Amino acid sequence: MCRIGAIKSLNYMHPSKALLLMQSQQEGHDNSGFAMVMHDLGGIFEGYKHLPTLSLACTDEGLKIAEDMLHAAGFSRVLQWVPETNNRPGLDINAMPNYVFETFNYPKHFREASKKDKEELLLDMRLQLRAALEDDELGYVYSFWPDVVTLKEIGDPRDIGTYFNLNESDSKFTAKVITAQCRQNTNYDIVRYAAHPFFLQGYTALANGENTFYQKNKELQRKLHRGYIGFESDSQCFLYSLHYVHRQLGWPLSYYKHVITPLPFEEIERREDKDPLLAIRQSLAHLEINGPNTIIGVLPDHTLFTCCDAKKLRPIVVGRSADTIVFSSEVCGINEVLPDRDREQDIYPNEREIVVIGSDLEVQRWRQ
Amino acid sequence: METMKIHEITPSDLPWKLRYDANRCTLCGSCVAACSFRAIEPKVERRRMVFSEGDFPEPKTRFSAVPVIRQVHSIRNYCRGCGICEKVCPNDAIGPLRNVDTRHSIVTRCLGGDSIKRGGRKNLEATVRTLDRLRVGRISQMTDPSLDAQRHTFDMLAPFGRILPPGKLPFVVGDDGKLVASGQAPPVRWIYPVIIGDMSIGALSWRMWEGVAMATAYLNEVCGIPVRMCSGEGGVPMRLLKSKYLKYMILQIASGHFGWNRIIKAMPHMVEDPAGILIKIGQGAKPGDGGLLMAQKVAEHIQAIRGVPKTDLLSPPNHQGLYSIEESVQKMFLSFNAAFKFRVPVAIKVAASSTSVSVFNNLVRDPYNIVGGFFVDGIDGGTGAAHEVSLDHTGHPIVSKLRDCYLAAVTQGRQGQIPLWAGGGLGKTGDLAADAFKMICLGANGVFTGKLILQMAGCVGNDMGRCNACNTGLCPAGITTQEPALAHRLDPEKVAQNIVNYFLAMDQELKKLMGPIGNSSLPVGRSDALVSTDRAAAERLQIQYVC
Repeated sequence: MCRIGAIKSLNYMHPSKALLLMQSQQEGHDNSGFAMVMHDLGGIFEGYKHLPTLSLACTDEGLKIAEDMLHAAGFSRVLQWVPETNNRPGLDINAMPNYVFETFNYPKHFREASKKDKEELLLDMRLQLRAALEDDELGYVYSFWPDVVTLKEIGDPRDIGTYFNLNESDSKFTAKVITAQCRQNTNYDIVRYAAHPFFLQGYTALANGENTFYQKNKELQRKLHRGYIGFESDSQCFLYSLHYVHRQLGWPLSYYKHVITPLPFEEIERREDKDPLLAIRQSLAHLEINGPNTIIGVLPDHTLFTCCDAKKLRPIVVGRSADTIVFSSEVCGINEVLPDRDREQDIYPNEREIVVIGSDLEVQRWRQ
Repeated sequence: METMKIHEITPSDLPWKLRYDANRCTLCGSCVAACSFRAIEPKVERRRMVFSEGDFPEPKTRFSAVPVIRQVHSIRNYCRGCGICEKVCPNDAIGPLRNVDTRHSIVTRCLGGDSIKRGGRKNLEATVRTLDRLRVGRISQMTDPSLDAQRHTFDMLAPFGRILPPGKLPFVVGDDGKLVASGQAPPVRWIYPVIIGDMSIGALSWRMWEGVAMATAYLNEVCGIPVRMCSGEGGVPMRLLKSKYLKYMILQIASGHFGWNRIIKAMPHMVEDPAGILIKIGQGAKPGDGGLLMAQKVAEHIQAIRGVPKTDLLSPPNHQGLYSIEESVQKMFLSFNAAFKFRVPVAIKVAASSTSVSVFNNLVRDPYNIVGGFFVDGIDGGTGAAHEVSLDHTGHPIVSKLRDCYLAAVTQGRQGQIPLWAGGGLGKTGDLAADAFKMICLGANGVFTGKLILQMAGCVGNDMGRCNACNTGLCPAGITTQEPALAHRLDPEKVAQNIVNYFLAMDQELKKLMGPIGNSSLPVGRSDALVSTDRAAAERLQIQYVC
């Protein structure tokens, strides 16, 4: 079973914290990979929050193709950061030759464009890059978005940490929100895109368990949005539903829970808001999930949240200190990151709530 | 020597021969009285007996007249193999035997100069049913646990009504961050995923129809299972139209419009809306053909409900006022939607056909969103009366057609917007839960069944030519007859009890199928849960082939 985790802090933190969070749970995962998405970046990226950063793992040829395409589209590079790697013998890692994080300025004719137009441009660009690099596995484009970087590798998470020097904390590579997971996909082929967290237009989601309504979700989502592609993992569906409900339909986050785990009909009938709830259940029946899952998500405004399937068949714990909130599949992960916290304050969310962490770290529990 | 008369009908020409043992027969007459087809009759036979009375054999011959039972030699009153004689015989002296050498299909046409008509289902069985080659093969075991069917709660309801795409829902985000209504959406009813199929009050005896209606009410009011029953074409008794139980009835209108005069007159007096309206365009058992109620079944109460004299009642093959799908959408659906002030969902029932997907696509793309359900009926569906050639040789199996319709919706991202309901031979083996579950996995929102309901009530007919005499009005079980003496063979309360019990059993069994795949709501379209042991079927249905 996957173990998933997330940290949100008032201060910038290094990904070593995320590795610490996940490594104590290693008995629960198979150490087949490590993936993380960092939102609200600090360090070298702090001055470029408004500009998109490309997270790319690729061959030399892939890097050239990607850069050429971006330049041809009018993007101009303003920052490049290649993590120093430590490729010592014996590491269990199946790394791509290059791992680059590059920040670009928008094409000139887009600099005054609306936020929405820019967001559509970034998605189109990422999809084009992905398609161009797909053949012969020239590269993997994980995200191309302002204030977000993504890292995904196949191998033992400790060795991946060693390889990227993630075990040594520094102030260059930091973020206020980090979501992480330590396992490759088990249902389907091991491919880099299949490792969660997944990212789309500012939204991040990761999950554990199996999505038993994967096929239903997938068959509908394919037609809902051009960005809903891949489906290398059944957990991508959670991200796409989140993106669809919150961004495309423009509904508040609370309705995400109503879409993926609709209330039983009997309960809907007793509710004052039964009309919208029934309509949602009807119209979005194919986005329902039926467990067993826990989902962690991040919104474009860096709000962090978690919720579970309606049967609560997967665990999640929320621990907190004055300046940090940690979500973790197992409490031992939180014990590593926040050993001195008041454990009585820990939250074990139930199957009918969303736990939401806003920018001030206030913990809100929304009952469905 | 007299020339032999080869053209005379004898039992060897007929589909059933009587097994009769004169030694066991006490001449009680029960069988003759019970045979609704008058296919047996008493007769006196001349018997020769050889006997000897003295101490030494001195054979003598005596002739005597002995009363016996014999089979009628007629293509009109022929034995249907219903077995009622066997049921009533106290001594096991009589019963029908299938005659494999029957010439019935030939001699009937030769003598009658008319097509053969009968009730029941398709009687040609060439292959194993597709559904029986599918298994629920994706079992939740480790990363996703199975559910306990006895202890878990399940949410097993299906939509009846037009469902809007999410982007068109009439809601806006209010100031408090909640969705608030900004318009009207089509009515949708969430009902049990098994509908009691459309069998008219003319096709069924009033006692049978009452039994089914009682079962429906009991399932709803006492068992809490929201099962709906479709009226069939032919109207509804006024008392029911004006009662609160109307809410459990789906009213059907077909090309003959039988019974609708009364329904419309009752509308001002209705205290509840009906569950829905089903416009019947076609029927799986006899596609391209209209309803057929033979004059012998048009009893007085049927004449009253339908407003017709005692005559053969034939519904035309199509709705005469309709020119095209677009027109049907505009005219028929809209008028029925409007008649009930857009509070009652209106659906359509068609026979499965090579063209079903085109029809479905037309309806699903209709911009007015007024078609609230697509009922597809396959070739194995039953009927009260049809021409045998239609029953056996026209039609289209339901399984692949339902799948085609679902996948057509998937291709357009419109799955679920017009709920798909499938029927036609479902539950044929007696196991409706399995058939329903598999159809749901293939994309049906729910299923409907008619013939199986008759079998629950005591119908003795089967798909190998037994009985199938629903058209004659002489149903030996009192189910499809309007003869008072025959109808009284049927106990409506027992009918209701059987149906209720079957539904309770089926409800349990549906849960026993949902538990292993780890789902608590209906797995509509979860074809990944199915595997097939038949490669061709697997390929056609786009599911996994296993061996």
